[in-house]
Amino acid sequence: MKPFDYIRAETPADAMRADARIIAGGTNLLDLMKLQVETPSTLVDVTRLGMTEIERAENSTRIGALVTNSDLAADPTIRQRYPMLSRALLAGASGQLRNKATTGGNLLQRTRCPYFTDISQPCNKREPGSGCRAQGGYTRLHAILGASEHCIATHPSDMAVAMRALDARVEIESNDGATRILTFDEFYNLPGDTPEKETNLAPGELIVAVHLPDPPAGRQTYRKVRDRSSYAFALVSMAAAVAVEQGRIASAAMAFGGVAHRPWRSPDAEAALVGREPSAELFDEAADILLADARGQGGNDFKIPLTRRVVKAVLTELTGA
Amino acid sequence: MKTTLTVNGETHELDIDPRVTLLDALRHHLNLTGSKKGCDHGQCGACTVLVNGRRINSCLALAVMHDTDEITTVEGIGTPENLSPLQSAFVRHDGYQCGYCTPGQIVSARGMLSEFRQGWPSHVSDSLTEAPDFTDAEIRERMSGNLCRCSAYPGIVRAIRDAAPEETDGKEAAE
Repeated sequence: MKPFDYIRAETPADAMRADARIIAGGTNLLDLMKLQVETPSTLVDVTRLGMTEIERAENSTRIGALVTNSDLAADPTIRQRYPMLSRALLAGASGQLRNKATTGGNLLQRTRCPYFTDISQPCNKREPGSGCRAQGGYTRLHAILGASEHCIATHPSDMAVAMRALDARVEIESNDGATRILTFDEFYNLPGDTPEKETNLAPGELIVAVHLPDPPAGRQTYRKVRDRSSYAFALVSMAAAVAVEQGRIASAAMAFGGVAHRPWRSPDAEAALVGREPSAELFDEAADILLADARGQGGNDFKIPLTRRVVKAVLTELTGA
Repeated sequence: MKTTLTVNGETHELDIDPRVTLLDALRHHLNLTGSKKGCDHGQCGACTVLVNGRRINSCLALAVMHDTDEITTVEGIGTPENLSPLQSAFVRHDGYQCGYCTPGQIVSARGMLSEFRQGWPSHVSDSLTEAPDFTDAEIRERMSGNLCRCSAYPGIVRAIRDAAPEETDGKEAAE
């Protein structure tokens, strides 16, 4: 690890220094610091700032940024009202990592693209303008949707996929006293020509909470497909909530992991389901819309048919079709 | 940087570089070499310790961030003369071959059993709202953060299943 100044934040203001690299659970950041992918000069430890409450308010649930993944998955409210979120968390990492990893940190974790984590390789995300060796290389873990010629990395989180399906919002405070609340699509960027700019979090800003609106109607689930049955990143994952009324789909929310630079959602595919009778043909139609612009890189071509099968399996499970 | 660690009930004052991981602080500064360095990247679980009753990977933790925390290593779980139920069950059921992952397995199992007793669900639990059954599938899933390259998994699962009723440190994972 490169040397750094360590500061233990006593107040949120301490953590909103423009030069601060925030550390909470550290399970991703320290790993990357050992590899010298991350070389912060000032590390600010926010773990003594509280922010560990899960508060139920009218029409929403507020999750403090430092609630651990374990505590969030085991929370009675989350288990009962947002089961897809508990399931997504429990499908991620290991017991040890979930005990340390936090809600805010999980949102900000970096891609596991092997070219990003190998400093001997060019990577536009790590070193803008240096190129992307993943393209034409090993692409099993890479994106099929929303990628650019500069970056084909995927976001590794399971938690964020469920939160995206639940229309969660990120509460951010800044050193000028302002608070802003962003949707996930406002918070996360697509790679475009600035893959190093993964989120719209600005220097001097701190994630303080995630808000979940009341749960969507109907049944929820989280399905994760991976190379081994535990402790592996998703090849494709899907969080979904579907309500069926009088034999027709009344509402549908679907978010996907392992396929894009951010948790992916297709409003058009969801809209295609609403008002229709659930059937294999309908699910294929939704998958056609979702995957219309999907593009494989060779090693990840399998994700296109795999995503279709996951869509059909999950929708069949949730609708009983 | 001045840091106080309470390890296995004993308080230690350290003056360390902030880059020192909790694992290196234990092994190199406190000479507690039971916790092992396998991958040093949070993938193998050989470095598992309990911090305030909860299991974590000590290789992915800075010692300075654990100032005043209570840490339990395998040395605090039992001694050669006085093995804990988990430790003697690992011996009885051949829960190892080379033994390098064993301290991490045992500390992780201690933490896992505490999580289980509190009713935490897992990826393989059928219900999120009812108490899970203590099945082999549950043990395997909950222990997936501990790798054993000798593949002593059948013995590890048997040992944990066998020791579970007696193994408790008297206090559950901290709220």
